[in-house]
Amino acid sequence: MGKLKRFSPLPGFGLTLGYTLFYLLLIVLIPLAAVAGKTFGMGWEAFWAAISNPRVVASYQLSFGASLLAAAVNVVFGLIFAWVLVRYRFPGKGLVDALVDLPFALPTAVAGIALATIYAPNGPIGSLLAPFGIEIAYTPNGVLLALVFIGLPFVVRTVQPVLADLEKEVEEAAAGLGASRWHTFLKIILPHVTPALLTGFAMAFARAVGEYGSVIFIAGNVPMVSEITPLMIITKLEQYDYQGATAIASVMLVISFVLLLVINGLQGWMQNRYTKGA
Amino acid sequence: MSASIALQPGALERYETPSTCEPAWVRVVLITIALTFFAVFLLLPLGTVFAEALRKGWGTYLASLSSPDAWAAIRLTLLTAAIAVPLNLVFGVAAAWAIAKFEFPGKRLLITLIDLPFSVSPVISGLIYVLMFGAQGWFGPWLAEHDIRIIFAVPGIVLATIFVTFPFVARELIPLMEAQGAEEEEAAVVLGASGWQVFWHTTLPNIKWGLLYGVILCNARAMGEFGAVSVVSGHIRGKTNTMPLHVEILYNEYNYAAAFAVASLLALLAIVTLGLKTLVERQTRRQRQESIKASEIES
Repeated sequence: MGKLKRFSPLPGFGLTLGYTLFYLLLIVLIPLAAVAGKTFGMGWEAFWAAISNPRVVASYQLSFGASLLAAAVNVVFGLIFAWVLVRYRFPGKGLVDALVDLPFALPTAVAGIALATIYAPNGPIGSLLAPFGIEIAYTPNGVLLALVFIGLPFVVRTVQPVLADLEKEVEEAAAGLGASRWHTFLKIILPHVTPALLTGFAMAFARAVGEYGSVIFIAGNVPMVSEITPLMIITKLEQYDYQGATAIASVMLVISFVLLLVINGLQGWMQNRYTKGA
Repeated sequence: MSASIALQPGALERYETPSTCEPAWVRVVLITIALTFFAVFLLLPLGTVFAEALRKGWGTYLASLSSPDAWAAIRLTLLTAAIAVPLNLVFGVAAAWAIAKFEFPGKRLLITLIDLPFSVSPVISGLIYVLMFGAQGWFGPWLAEHDIRIIFAVPGIVLATIFVTFPFVARELIPLMEAQGAEEEEAAVVLGASGWQVFWHTTLPNIKWGLLYGVILCNARAMGEFGAVSVVSGHIRGKTNTMPLHVEILYNEYNYAAAFAVASLLALLAIVTLGLKTLVERQTRRQRQESIKASEIES
């Protein structure tokens, strides 16, 4: 072990690193390799047929389109949430701050049936919107709504600490030099929080693309219209089409890994930016 | 995670000078937007769960919860969490010890790999075990020969749950232990303490709140996981249904009162989780402030 690590008098390096690698291989890496193995084993034509089926392509469009839109909505509302939580006083603030994480803590199936009930045509909000011809549940709008719900904490919790660390003196200086409050926001505050906003956006997007439980109850799952990609994997599995399920899964996995790299890059950028600035 | 900085008393005053504060109407508009969004997107779904659960009265509510299938689901959920959480706890502590207390090449890559399960769709988290242990999977024929069932049985549910909750404890502990450094532990070793003594008496007191935080989140996800478990479960009532899967079945049968009754237990779990999380965050903040104060007195 001496060559592998810098000298340390502490014991346990070999044991803990060995166990970490063993457990990681057993639970995560070998099972994920099964997807790659199965995908490479099926041949290009079968693979292409599975991932380019029109119904599956429609699901990519919905999953990626709704996830992008939901993450964008989360950036706007997430910034407002983080802003009022860091800067203002209002009644119930402690409760709001604690419950922002509800979408992390509430099991997705529970969120799913609650959202479906609320926005169904006879539900408390659905029935208010129905007279205006606005349908949410059992349409792509429902998918978007569920994805906004699950993505909100990512943006709020990434932006909140960054906003809290912003030096007040900088803003005072801007005001002293004659900048309006709006100008200060655009030129000082917004550039400061942009890396955090982008990181939150990427995290919310990555989560939304793979999300299943909170979406399927409200989506209605109409083929070509409101089926998300994870549901297509389930549908293939229910038809015992393991090959088709694996092909779609491998496409999603590649996208997830790319997103993971993007998020890591963004977090590195954030770290550089904020430690240098401080 | 480091979220509640904003709630420190005194932190707000610094923004309330005229030059760095928005006009009153802007503040009112922003707070109104946030509170409306909060009410519609967070409070309403939570309230709906309890309102729907009790819509037909307490009698139906209690009857739904005491049905044998509901009990079986509750027991399976508790069993799954009781296996998955301790395993990921041990792993998290081991990984954090190796990564935070020692220097070695490939460390960043290892951290990224540990976080991997968070970026995999829950449905794929279940699928990978079907590809390993399912009838057509790598080990399928061998398992069938020896009459061992993993997929569509309890072991598959436990495995999928371990996978989706894999990073929780490790990712809380790694940054915490990295920030604390290894000086205290090294001093203890030099003074003759054994590895276990160092861990129990030096490391554990420093990381206990972070550890608890990770365990709370890990447990909430373990009990609430739906997508991954749904793929490997086979949905056999009373046998391979966890609470979230039982909620799905009841809901799809239009038995809304019963579905929301079971869902209300999971919603309570979420509320307790958030409450504990807030308490632990407060505790860590106090600990940090005390250590800052102590170092100020020393200097």
